[in-house]
Amino acid sequence: MFVINHRGFFFWLTGLFLVAALGAITYFGLPLGIDFTGGSLTQISYQDTRPAVTDLQVAAAKANVGAVSIRAVGDKEISVRTRSLTPAEHDTLLASLSSTASTTELAYTSVGPALGSQFAGKALWAIAAVMLVIVLYIAFAFRKVSHPVPSLGYGLIVIVMLAIDIIVPTGFYAAYAHFTGAEVDSLFVVALLALLGYCVNDVIVIFDRIREHLARNEKLGSHEPFEETIGKSINETLTRSINTALTVALALIALIYFGAEATRNFALVMLVGVVAGTFSSICRSAPLLIPISSWFKK
Amino acid sequence: MTRFRVFALIALVVGFLLTYFVWSTEANPLSAYRFRLGLDLAGGTELVYKADMSQTAPGERADALAALQGVVERRVNLFGVAEPLVQTEQASALSGTTEDRLIVDLPGVTDIKAAVAALGQTPTLEFRLATSTKVGTSTEMVFLPTGLTGRYLANAALGFGSGATAGLSAPQVILNFNSDGAKLFEKITRENVGQVLAIFLDGQPISTPVIQEAIPGGQATISGKFTATQARDLVRNLNFGALPVPITLENSSAVGPTLGAAAISAGVVAGIIGFVIVALFMILWYRLPGVIAAVALAEYIAFMLAVIKTIPVTLTASGIAGLIISVGMAVDANVLIFERSKEELREGKSPREAVHIGFSRAWPAIRDGHLTMIISGVILFWLGTSIVQGFALVFVLGVLASFISAVTLSRVFLLAIVPDLEPEQEGRGWKFLLSSGFRNK
Repeated sequence: MFVINHRGFFFWLTGLFLVAALGAITYFGLPLGIDFTGGSLTQISYQDTRPAVTDLQVAAAKANVGAVSIRAVGDKEISVRTRSLTPAEHDTLLASLSSTASTTELAYTSVGPALGSQFAGKALWAIAAVMLVIVLYIAFAFRKVSHPVPSLGYGLIVIVMLAIDIIVPTGFYAAYAHFTGAEVDSLFVVALLALLGYCVNDVIVIFDRIREHLARNEKLGSHEPFEETIGKSINETLTRSINTALTVALALIALIYFGAEATRNFALVMLVGVVAGTFSSICRSAPLLIPISSWFKK
Repeated sequence: MTRFRVFALIALVVGFLLTYFVWSTEANPLSAYRFRLGLDLAGGTELVYKADMSQTAPGERADALAALQGVVERRVNLFGVAEPLVQTEQASALSGTTEDRLIVDLPGVTDIKAAVAALGQTPTLEFRLATSTKVGTSTEMVFLPTGLTGRYLANAALGFGSGATAGLSAPQVILNFNSDGAKLFEKITRENVGQVLAIFLDGQPISTPVIQEAIPGGQATISGKFTATQARDLVRNLNFGALPVPITLENSSAVGPTLGAAAISAGVVAGIIGFVIVALFMILWYRLPGVIAAVALAEYIAFMLAVIKTIPVTLTASGIAGLIISVGMAVDANVLIFERSKEELREGKSPREAVHIGFSRAWPAIRDGHLTMIISGVILFWLGTSIVQGFALVFVLGVLASFISAVTLSRVFLLAIVPDLEPEQEGRGWKFLLSSGFRNK
């Protein structure tokens, strides 16, 4: 009952997280990668020592391919971002960057501006569509429990919660990207989508328990206060919520420490999201049913 | 009980067979069932072209795209790449305008310039009828598409005919149409005698002959102002395939072999370590059910890998991410069941009964959770771009497998082991094994 008795505190805490996340997004901004904006990204590794980035900037300017931004990665690598290049321009750029030291090109990506903006649109559509279908499904799955909160209410809470569950890790990533130079790429979107799946599952487990208790109360004719039912349900699912979050978090930490460079940021976003999402389902989703139920009573 | 033991034994044997299948096919470099790795892991080049369909009738676009794919495939095979992949994609209706794309995957190729050059030389060939229209006061020649394009071409040949100038034998390009093309060509020439049928190469008119009479037999001759070399190159390029529609390069990406190899080994290491940590946690916390969950999980992973190999699903970094998340879901289903069984045990049920009830109580939550995840996965696959699809496909497969493994494997194993004790019988040992946590409540 701890969570229920102190739900006001948790609502405020949620608000605080939300404000912090939104603040980070607006203050730092989300640095969109070439998947969204179009452009090209070249990863180069230097065989021996990496020349100074400022020298490389000067060298790259000679390739005459517009603005070139160079970032040092690891000990010997750099990543170079430009507008989208033709194959010939790409060759020129590579040549000017390896004029003083021998290099290996690790990866190169060039995205046309049209495809870039399409990707952003598609990603947003996908997230919105997933959320909509989830509301409908939950409203359907909980159709037999319509008191004291109509089944659509459960769906709506899940949506509000999912929105927060996505905004919080996005805010984190905005701050993280600001300090490390990471960018929002398509894997970041995949991480958000995976989080949607995880968080829905998480909250459904708690709602399922509430559904079960409500059905039993009705059968026994018991007039247990709604607060009590919710508190009981949260307590009973608490171990499961924490253990599942813990196992997923352990797998993600393994991915962060031992996994590939390419999936590191992905795993980090997931980790933050899973922790925030678990907090969210325990301390926010079910307790939110109480104000909603009193609202529906009116 | 005997029934469950038989099932459990079968499940174990199947698990071993699956593991052996996954391991042996991977150890054998010639096996047809090795993992298909995406370009981000295996290294290689991906080129995305946009097909310009503005001159193609909406009803013929799908055909033209298929023809385009065939032509580019022939081109790519000529380039000498192992297992190239040429796909077409029609942008979803969501983006408003339809857009047709051609995606060319060249594993092992990292020289984008050479790849683009090899593909890009493919000419587009088109026959257009010239008509004069009045624009204001002056008349202008306008070339109307006839629908006869390079996709109806069977082959091209080099010939030498009497040139218009000075009796020299001028190089000619002889076009032989396929049967559809021949019919179309005859129809066009019959209906438009006296008009100019221009031959466009890469958007430029290279020859503007006047139709003298209907031409049956499906052969046309281009007698532009060619040098011998130009004519020979044109014939070669046409034979490799004339593109039915023009294409422009939109995206290109190349991943070097070192980066991909590093990504694979890191992914494998992270996967193994992650699995060991999760299994240890499950065993320490859930004791006997934890051990069973670890076994079921190992079997689940062997099953997933076998499915990925046999379909086959091309593994990318995002696909691996999907796999890891679905493993998390599989663990969650087990955790739900065990927590439920434990509760029943606390209420004084016999161990076996507790397991039975635990499963049936956990079922609605598992069902709703998995179903919503499958629904969202399907939507993602439907709406997403290729990276999102790579994730969604593995995720949906994984959630389905978790659905099956949670309600069958763990259940069969547990029921095969936990004995049927009467409540008054002393079942403390089993209670300990089936409880969890650090305290033995």
